Amino acid sequence: MSIFRKIITAVRGGAREAGEAVVDANSTRIFEQEIRDSEKHITIAKRDLTEVMAKQMQAARELGQLQASIKEHEGYAVQALNQGNEALAIEVAEKIAELESSAADQQQANESYLKSADRLKELIKKSERQLTDYKRQLSMVKTTESVQKATSAITDNFTASNSKLLNAKDSLERIKQKQAMFDDKLKAAETLESENGDSSLQSKLQEAGIGTQQSSAQSILDRLKSK
Amino acid sequence: MNIHKIATHLNQLADDTETGFNFDCTPINGDIDVLQVEIIGREEIPIFLSLSDNQILCIAYLWGEDEVITDLRSNMMEAMLEMNVPMPLSSFAKVEDKYVVYGALSVNSSLDDIELEIVTLSDNSLEVINEMDSYLN
Repeated sequence: MSIFRKIITAVRGGAREAGEAVVDANSTRIFEQEIRDSEKHITIAKRDLTEVMAKQMQAARELGQLQASIKEHEGYAVQALNQGNEALAIEVAEKIAELESSAADQQQANESYLKSADRLKELIKKSERQLTDYKRQLSMVKTTESVQKATSAITDNFTASNSKLLNAKDSLERIKQKQAMFDDKLKAAETLESENGDSSLQSKLQEAGIGTQQSSAQSILDRLKSK
Repeated sequence: MNIHKIATHLNQLADDTETGFNFDCTPINGDIDVLQVEIIGREEIPIFLSLSDNQILCIAYLWGEDEVITDLRSNMMEAMLEMNVPMPLSSFAKVEDKYVVYGALSVNSSLDDIELEIVTLSDNSLEVINEMDSYLN
């Protein structure tokens, strides 16, 4: 059964006790061991691949040298023939035959190494995909467990502190009220500030003798005298 | 990253906050460490933060199954599915008998990213309750 299905089955089961694991700890450990094994296999496969690739490069290099040598000896044979030295030409031809046989062997080895390398690369890719999938599944199990444990810790905390999660609408209503009160306070503070601003302007105007002036005793006396 | 580092960061933000909110964090002990993050002024809907091997999970509990108007349950779920993609940084989910919104971050996230996630999750949960109250008792 896939982990996804296991989680759905476990969660939908409902009868599960709080804190009971979706997949028991033992199978999680087995799963983790499988992941470690896969990682080990991939490391070994990568080491094998390096070795095979090195051997293939060596075979390719030797093949190149042999082919160069064949060409060189073909030149010698032609030169011997041109000189009419048939015996030498035959000797060179025998050497060429020997070289060609070695080249064929190297060619075969080279192709076999290439095939092995391709197979190993494919195997590593497949194992890495499998490993990613194992890790994804394990992460699903662990996350489900962690959410369950967190939920039970949160529930226990609420029970211990004798408080309970409020009904959603009530919670929102309280938050809105607090927000409204905060907004009102802010508005009140702004109004107060603007009033203060007005009065300070008024006093500045008065000091400067602009606008309505307060009557002083002296000004009243002056007014009475002028009558 | 651990929850105590996150708690210390959020608690000491005060006026240096990037998001304009103040936080009050309380660790909850249990099988795994959970951090209860209250945004000042929104204490009724705390955000719960927990850490696993590869991710940080932030969860806000919306309402319980018992608060849903039975006849509208499937409509509510459809609305949740439709809202899931447009809702920024958060997704709907169900944990036991509670509907939740949650966000998951990499354990390598910065503290600023975590702060943004928490505030966005809080904004989303308030908006969701506001917009979906017709499905609730």
